[in-house]
Amino acid sequence: MQVSVTVNGKAQSHDVEPRTLLVHFLRESCALTGTNVGCDTSSCGACTIHIDGESVKSCTVLAAQADGASITTIEGLAAADGTLHPMQQAFHENHGLQCGYCTPGMVMASISLLDENPHPTEQEVRIGLEGNLCRCTGYHNIVKSVLAAAGQMS
Amino acid sequence: MTMTEDVVATPFIGSRRLRREDPALLTGEAKYTDDIPAVGALHLAVLRSPHAHARIVSIDVSGALAIPGVVAAYTGEDLASQWAAPMPCAWPVTAEMKNPAHYPIAMGKVAYVGDGVVAIVATNHTASRDALDAIVVEYDVLPAVIDLEDALSDRVVIHESAGTNRSYIWELHPQGKETVDAIFASAAHTVSERYIQQRLIPAAMEPRAVLAMPQPFGGDFTLYTSTQVPHILKIMAAITVGIPEHLLRVVAPSVGGGFGSKLNVYAEELLCLVLARKHRCAVRWVEERTEAATSTIQGRGQIQNIELAADANGKVQAVRVHILGDMGAYLQLVTPGVPLLGAFLYAGVYDVPNMSFVCESVFTTMTPTDAYRGAGRPEATYAIERAMDSLAAKLGEDPAEFRKKNMIQKDQFPYTAMTGLQYDSGDHVGVLEKAQELVDYTGLRAEQAARRASGSKKHLGIGVSSYFEMCGLAPSRVLASLNYSAGGWEAATVRVLPTNKIQVVTGATPHGQGHETSWSMIVADKLGVSPDDIDVLHSDTALSPLGLDTYGSRSLAVGGIAIVMACDKVIDKARKIAAHQLECSEDDLEFVNGTFSVRGSSDKSMPLAGIAFEAFTAHNLPDGMEPNLEAHTTYDPPNFSWPFGTHICVVEIDEETGFTEVIKYVAIDDCGNQINPLIVEGQIHGGIVQGLAQALFEEATYDAEGNLKSGSFADYLVPSAADVPSLTLGHSVTPSPTNPLGVKGVGEAGTIGAAPAVINAIVDALSPFGITDITMPATPNRVWSAIQNAHS
Amino acid sequence: MIPAPFDYQRAGSAEEAVSLIAQAGDEAKFLAGGHSLLPLMKLRLAQPTMLIDIGRIADLSYIRDAGDHIAIGALTRHRDVETSALLHEHVGLLAHAASFVGDPQVRHRGTIGGSIAHADPASDLPATVLALGGTLVVQGPNGQREIAATDFFKGFLESDLAADEMLTEIRIPKYTGAGWSFQKFNRRAQDWAIVGVAAIKHNGYVGVSLVNMDQVPLRASAVEAAVSGGASAADAAALAAEGASPSSDLNASVEYRQHLARVLVRRALTESGVA
Repeated sequence: MQVSVTVNGKAQSHDVEPRTLLVHFLRESCALTGTNVGCDTSSCGACTIHIDGESVKSCTVLAAQADGASITTIEGLAAADGTLHPMQQAFHENHGLQCGYCTPGMVMASISLLDENPHPTEQEVRIGLEGNLCRCTGYHNIVKSVLAAAGQMS
Repeated sequence: MTMTEDVVATPFIGSRRLRREDPALLTGEAKYTDDIPAVGALHLAVLRSPHAHARIVSIDVSGALAIPGVVAAYTGEDLASQWAAPMPCAWPVTAEMKNPAHYPIAMGKVAYVGDGVVAIVATNHTASRDALDAIVVEYDVLPAVIDLEDALSDRVVIHESAGTNRSYIWELHPQGKETVDAIFASAAHTVSERYIQQRLIPAAMEPRAVLAMPQPFGGDFTLYTSTQVPHILKIMAAITVGIPEHLLRVVAPSVGGGFGSKLNVYAEELLCLVLARKHRCAVRWVEERTEAATSTIQGRGQIQNIELAADANGKVQAVRVHILGDMGAYLQLVTPGVPLLGAFLYAGVYDVPNMSFVCESVFTTMTPTDAYRGAGRPEATYAIERAMDSLAAKLGEDPAEFRKKNMIQKDQFPYTAMTGLQYDSGDHVGVLEKAQELVDYTGLRAEQAARRASGSKKHLGIGVSSYFEMCGLAPSRVLASLNYSAGGWEAATVRVLPTNKIQVVTGATPHGQGHETSWSMIVADKLGVSPDDIDVLHSDTALSPLGLDTYGSRSLAVGGIAIVMACDKVIDKARKIAAHQLECSEDDLEFVNGTFSVRGSSDKSMPLAGIAFEAFTAHNLPDGMEPNLEAHTTYDPPNFSWPFGTHICVVEIDEETGFTEVIKYVAIDDCGNQINPLIVEGQIHGGIVQGLAQALFEEATYDAEGNLKSGSFADYLVPSAADVPSLTLGHSVTPSPTNPLGVKGVGEAGTIGAAPAVINAIVDALSPFGITDITMPATPNRVWSAIQNAHS
Repeated sequence: MIPAPFDYQRAGSAEEAVSLIAQAGDEAKFLAGGHSLLPLMKLRLAQPTMLIDIGRIADLSYIRDAGDHIAIGALTRHRDVETSALLHEHVGLLAHAASFVGDPQVRHRGTIGGSIAHADPASDLPATVLALGGTLVVQGPNGQREIAATDFFKGFLESDLAADEMLTEIRIPKYTGAGWSFQKFNRRAQDWAIVGVAAIKHNGYVGVSLVNMDQVPLRASAVEAAVSGGASAADAAALAAEGASPSSDLNASVEYRQHLARVLVRRALTESGVA
């Protein structure tokens, strides 16, 4: 079936099987490999993207369900001149990443979190990231990054 | 040509420089193995055994072959001729060790749930997955062996060729077994403890992935794989698959964490290579998370018996240890050595003159175990730190004060331990006291007493854990004495390019540790250039042909020193060129901020940039000197390095539900000099949460039939940000005297310190109930049950 | 991570959805947000041969004041339930319970109707709707019918929905100003409850229900009766596990679940002022 979406502002239309998960559509059909797959139980959040501005686990959505939607992936955040999005910059400045594998999903989830709650407490950040797992950082600097970005983005 | 404006004066070492690795990782530009395109690649999928122990009666792949896109299906027998050798174990810890032959696809018999049974090759990922459901295998199911003591009894022998489930017994009695037994027989105080190190799933966030690319007419192969050890893998794959080593290139692209689980040689890496060879086509494989739970190694898996003997003053005189180690179904790369890496640490940070250590290791019908963050050292630290609390409690002493009394004192360093190993430097009492101050130990004890007096159902517990980590693996001769099949050196090349840009080639293989940033800081300080002018090449055996990779907190303490030594060689050569061109003696030159100057006549100078260009043109070099400015070194450390520290964990336990909340966590980790404190802290944070996760959340649980019950991220509880506390880190620096940077290593420290701190805190909280131990993970159910049992 | 193959059709209305599924046969499933079904399909624990995507039926996403009750369209997402001012005013318990479902990403896609139709006893919303005495409106080939929540949950992942029926609306009586509490106990924030409790008291009505204490979400009838009879929170809570047959799993034994139910019910009764 034909699935047409806008990804990072660009129209993408590809013929895929109905069973194609959105994350596979993005990685394979759109060749956008920044979105990672970390589990198969919708637990880890590595595949988090935005559909129409909200964080979603792209492993738990069929490409067919997203037909017509506007999607943002990690590749769509930085400016054309390479300037990082304030959330990306905050992760960089606060050492909020190590191996980087959870990072695209963590950044996308964090942006959505601040969209809904621009001035979270530390505990609200922790709860707000409950759907994203990281094995490297112990979350300490991820939480710090999001709190720093909240200051920056407000 | 003067470069004075460009002189970089700031020392970078010690600064919180932001990581150069970040931008690619933050924007999705970084390529992990499964991100690498390979047009026309075939996809491998592996049908795995659903039984822990069974004979394979028959395999019917006709249904799979009928699926469009499926190219081939191979049983173990079909691939038998492909293997030049069985899968490798590089650590035959004793000459008698049993190591049953083990192939990437099982032949005749499976020995754990997850053992490979059929390899499917298809033109696309979907077809390869569909094919798995269309294969029919008939099994003759045999009894599972999941209990270590049951395994030791040989009630069911898993490997007929071995004749027993015991792989090896390894003993260490530096003072003689009888001496230690005699001390126990006459000791004023003893404790005898039994602890279980549960099996853990390493759960690096990137599942493993492999891409093998042949050049069918060139005869060589490139293996992209999510590994910590491309150099070791290249050698082992060459031996196993029979591709000549010089025709095999191994590349670890961006790697999404390892924690020891990618320090291995895996079936799928070897399968992709042989199938690429057979089909003359690229072959790729990506692991699913639930598949990873059984097809990637697991960690820990020990029953520990530890006894302490103390004199009338409460000074520990001897430690006696018996370990029963769970190897799993087969020996992977360093499986048998993991318990022994802890052997030397069972006296922890204490001045104990006698020890006796025995490790027996057995096969079980579960996924093989192997190195997991800390590998042997968290287990040892857990045992001694729990046992010290137990002895302190028995003697009615405060656990912190009891520790201080028994610690190796600062003025005893360098300290020769009863095992013969020399500890480089330390200040154990100092870091414990700092940690006590940071956490407000006195205040917490007062609050604890007040709560207890008030009858509060919210129980406060304070847990102390002091550790020594033996890292910087390792002096090659020491490894030889342990029968490890490789050395412990590390290689480096430093190359100054004609335009004064620098390439650093390292044999370390980072997968999240930020080596590019740290290595460039070291070289920038050594050569007086900006870190931005330095590229760090790694993780590709074509670019970095020599190395022993990243594990055991070794990269900086071994690989970093190799880089320092290569820089020194570069400076020596540059000095000769400068002396030649400035027409002075080498001894008259000083090298400051990247420029050689003649002492006393500052107008006579030559920057490294100019020297590099001179070395490149080779127009005017000293007689006999080779052109170009580069140097290679291989560094074999003279000793391990010995990071140390103290963690204090504060928990609050809800008596009604058994729920444990960590309300405060402080850690002082002394890893010697810090190249980049930002990165050091990150390593400690992550390490602590992994240790805390072992204490509270994680367990690979098997049922009696050998099925893994916690095989997905939905039921293997890797904690999230919402489930762990904020961490407070203190500061202590005691440089190592055995290397020029004074560094020790920090990759595993947090994990080593954390689990005993958490469990000591829980047991401390529950001590009014008479509870003296709790099994990891200390789940709410377990805590609640312990309280119920104490009541009844 | 790759579901078994299936055919896919989109329905533009509830009537069309019901007609499509009737034609498709037994192995067809409705797909709403997909957050209960797709995780099972990715592991091939569910292998429907046809998915009828009802997620685009725009007129089934609403929360509206219907006089004596609040009407919630089945395709209303958890996030919209969680943040609805109308629900916060009249059925605060439901909005609050929705904030515990999964994680933020799940709440952005998952729907209240999907969660209830999935009938998972470990899910937060089925038990909550049960405590609230909700009514479920379903569309079938012969029109609509209403099912009381108390009659809806029939077995493990089984509801009163016929194969050709679709849940379209959830009706909850208004509980303006009521005392309520939602207690969720788990080891990791994102997970299903080990045990959960929803409790509400309004005028003469007492609703107490249990999450993950049986094959179905369960009304704690003995507790409700005791509360109605004037028992203290502690006395009523002691009856929390009566009639429940919880299972044992990696997180909790049967005894521990029974104990947790008593503790959490007591806390819920106390917090809500129900008893």
